[in-house]
Amino acid sequence: MMCDECGKRPANVHLTKIINGVKSESHLCEQCAREKGELDFFAEPKFSFPSLLAGLLQHDPGFMTGPTGLPAGVTSRCHSCGLDFSDFRNTGFLGCPDCYDEFRPRLEPLLRRIHGSTRHTGKVPGRAGAVTGKRREVENLRAELARLVAKEQYEEAAKVRDRIRVLEKDLAGEG
Amino acid sequence: MSLGDIIDRTSSAWMRADAPSADVVLSSRVRLARNIAGIPFPHRASEADLAKVADEVQRAMRSTSGLADLVVIRLSETPALDRQILVEKHLISPQHAQGAKHRLVAIRPDESVSVMVNEEDHLRIQALLPGLQLEDALKLASQVDEMFESKLSYAFDEKLGYIAACPTNVGTGLRASVMVHLPALAVTGQVGRVLGAVSNVGVAVRGLYGEGSEATGNVFQLSNQVTLGRSEGELVDNLAGVTRQVIDQERTVRGRLVRERKDQLEDKVNRAYGLLSHARLITSQEALGLLSDVRLGVEAGLLAGVDAKTLNELMVITQPAYLQRIMGKELGPQERDVRRAALIREKIRARKEGR
Repeated sequence: MMCDECGKRPANVHLTKIINGVKSESHLCEQCAREKGELDFFAEPKFSFPSLLAGLLQHDPGFMTGPTGLPAGVTSRCHSCGLDFSDFRNTGFLGCPDCYDEFRPRLEPLLRRIHGSTRHTGKVPGRAGAVTGKRREVENLRAELARLVAKEQYEEAAKVRDRIRVLEKDLAGEG
Repeated sequence: MSLGDIIDRTSSAWMRADAPSADVVLSSRVRLARNIAGIPFPHRASEADLAKVADEVQRAMRSTSGLADLVVIRLSETPALDRQILVEKHLISPQHAQGAKHRLVAIRPDESVSVMVNEEDHLRIQALLPGLQLEDALKLASQVDEMFESKLSYAFDEKLGYIAACPTNVGTGLRASVMVHLPALAVTGQVGRVLGAVSNVGVAVRGLYGEGSEATGNVFQLSNQVTLGRSEGELVDNLAGVTRQVIDQERTVRGRLVRERKDQLEDKVNRAYGLLSHARLITSQEALGLLSDVRLGVEAGLLAGVDAKTLNELMVITQPAYLQRIMGKELGPQERDVRRAALIREKIRARKEGR
């Protein structure tokens, strides 16, 4: 068997990748595998953006034109960095943080497809989101409190309850 | 501590062999993608923008006591071979090693933390620990993140979370991964089944299956697929839980092999040990395969005189760039195979004689 990439040298590296339940196989020579970074297992896993996008287009053809009804071919550019949405479709990279605001309606279906969600529930930076962070912490603590009570761990539960009170007081103060 | 010190030192913190579940898990990594508000992502940033990011990040490090000890390396001023070594030591990505202008990496002296500046995102904060220590890696990366956050204005969206150049990283910006060594599952042909099951529960798998065990290291990478919609703790817990199941299966099969196929297994690991101890020419692929067999022998208690730390070290220092650094000159492929074989013999003999 010859290398899938160069077709010149015999394939001696056989790769199997399983991403999002989709299995793909490739057969490469050592040199091509190394050049493609496939032999460096410590490197970041690479997610193939074109295949994600192809999957999305099957499920949601409107992604090309946009749910706002813009006909295909009408350009829309980010006001901050000038990125055209078609550039994103080709590369998989947005241009700047503001692109997420500019293209939000078109990005949300994509994010849902990739992550199964469009809502961040994790950490919040202290400065940018002190209030958001506290609100979220209260929500998380309430869930924790319910769990502890269900498990009859009342001593721990009391500590959590006190923490919720402190946070709620802060939130009331910050309006 | 300088770049030279980091490069010359052949062992890193992640190579320690006394870590939790180190018989199966080589290392645990957590990386966080972060960007600075109002500045285009590196691939679209002007040179002035990139310089601004590099300046702001360096100023933040100088003025924060927990970050001041990081060694800052400007990749555009670093020789190509040294950059390649940073890749082989897993401190930077191959992409970052191209060494374009205003690309930096900041490394904690014990190499447990590295921060890539102006890679795909403005900041990539990485914590790398030996064995299965995902929670600790998350803690370490989060501490560094919070120190930067107190000085930098991160791009953050109330709904979408931390903003990243690629939508696959949005939300937590967190990619957690473990490197697992699964020789028993591989030799019994079960690795495809086990890893296939894993990919259905939110974990991505990368691995190498060779023709016969000689050509492979039997090393696989497991990582979280999604970054948005779950908290950092949930993502790490899920990966750790899945990894524990994989560890259990690998250990079970190892136990069965030792009980039921002891002669074959002892033969296999001792042959590998014999080849590594006596070979005069060895490619990096062959070395990885044999190191995998020897590691299995050591972990199964069938081989004494070699330890897992030496094997971890050999996995790195037998790679092409590192080998050339140790030899102090560029080497052709055949010469590398000669030097690699010599280096392995020397390291293995040194351990055996207890030096």
